[in-house]
Amino acid sequence: MADAAGAEKPQTIHPLFIRVTHWVNAFAIFVMVLSGWRIYNASPLFGFEFPPGFTLGGWLAGALAWHFAAMWLLALNGMAYLAYGIVSGHFRRDFFPISFKRALNDVVLAGRGRLDHAPGRYNAAQRLLYVGVILAVIVAIFSGLAIWKPVQLQGLTALMGGYDVARLVHFFAMAAIVAFLVVHIALAVGVKGVLAPMFTGRAEAPR
Amino acid sequence: MKPSRLSAFGSKVARLERRSFIKQSLSLGALSLLSGCTLKDDDAVDRLLSAMSRFNDKMQAALFDPTKLAPTYSEADLTTPFPFNAYYEEKDVPFVDGESYRLQLSGLIADKRPWCLEELRALPQSSQITRLVCVEGWSAIGKWRGVAFRHFLERIGADLTARYVGFRCADKYYSSIDMPSALHPQTLLALDFTDAKYGYPLRLRIPTKLGFKNPKFIHEIFVTNDYPGGYWEDKGYNWFSGS
Ligand code: HEM
Repeated sequence: MADAAGAEKPQTIHPLFIRVTHWVNAFAIFVMVLSGWRIYNASPLFGFEFPPGFTLGGWLAGALAWHFAAMWLLALNGMAYLAYGIVSGHFRRDFFPISFKRALNDVVLAGRGRLDHAPGRYNAAQRLLYVGVILAVIVAIFSGLAIWKPVQLQGLTALMGGYDVARLVHFFAMAAIVAFLVVHIALAVGVKGVLAPMFTGRAEAPR
Repeated sequence: MKPSRLSAFGSKVARLERRSFIKQSLSLGALSLLSGCTLKDDDAVDRLLSAMSRFNDKMQAALFDPTKLAPTYSEADLTTPFPFNAYYEEKDVPFVDGESYRLQLSGLIADKRPWCLEELRALPQSSQITRLVCVEGWSAIGKWRGVAFRHFLERIGADLTARYVGFRCADKYYSSIDMPSALHPQTLLALDFTDAKYGYPLRLRIPTKLGFKNPKFIHEIFVTNDYPGGYWEDKGYNWFSGS
């Protein structure tokens, strides 16, 4: 890792650990969401189904197999990411403090095309979104456990408001993650120079 | 049995059943979309998914607490009408004559004498109101009454150290469960149930497992150490499927 921050060397803005867990997480989330849509279709909660072409697994059993395989990847990778983020001080440094006001302000600035994206620093809107999606993934995991094991983990299921409510919580946690992703991917692709560093770790060019 | 409500979608189920699990889990535009290439090496992914499913069997067996009881409900909570569910349509339920009915026993059981319904009814009966959770996600609260399965297994001299208890049914359904779950205090050999038509005269009620692990119209019970599989399990559903 080239993180001896010499002036002539490009700066590492995303540590290797964050990059690896980020992309593993992205893969796991895609598998969970797409297989989850197929599982949803087997017994829809609302008056619609997801287009089968946009689901994973081919049928219910296949989707469940994907879902219950990728959940381990999601949970283990997520725990590693959280542990690293807490212990290394990455969360404290880069996500906090969180301010709704400044996040809103940043969104307004971005709307006017005047928000600077400094490499290696997350603006207030990003911070809010990242902490928000991390919480949404945690809620998705716990509500998922509650509907997977309503007998063995009945305390958790009760905490979620019972089996039926836990299903709704699980659905809306997914919806929140997908809403985040629409914005997140649009910005990652749309804003110049942010995507590549998430692979290489290095800011492309000093601004 | 309470397999998936797939059957409710007639033609869909026929189509689904014709395909194999391997093809099914991989015939996905979605994955190629994901990886940017068409997966030709179907088998590797399928093997991985099956291996993970077996791993999940082990994790669920480890998580299973033999003393943890499923939540129970009151009569007021009962789901009426209780949904019919099987791999076939409601009009195709088998007719079983209660008079001539004999429950067959085989495998690692000391006393394999068949049982008639009066003899089963003469055993101590208990009832429960519990939630049946389908693999599809929906659930329904029902009432079941019958013989504690543990009591029955002890009574017939089943080898309680064996790994599996298997079931064969009049509707050609079959399934199997692990011995610790079979011995759980709420596992019931049910003779009376809300959905009386569906499963007569004998069905398994096991609230610690998903609906499809609750075979109906049981005509044979066997105890074995050789993995017996099941109707849906052989098609790719997770075997343990604990709740
Ligand atoms: C194809 C999908 C994705 C792309 C292209 C993508 C892209 C990126 C990029 C470029 C960054 C760095 C942003 C910057 O430097 O300003 C980032 C960070 C982040 N992304 Fe994603 N991402 C994807 C999927 C996901 C998913 C599925 C999640 C969570 C559900 C997620 C959560 C995050 C979080 C929490 C961060 C901050 C990481 C940290 O510094 O700890 N991303 N992503």
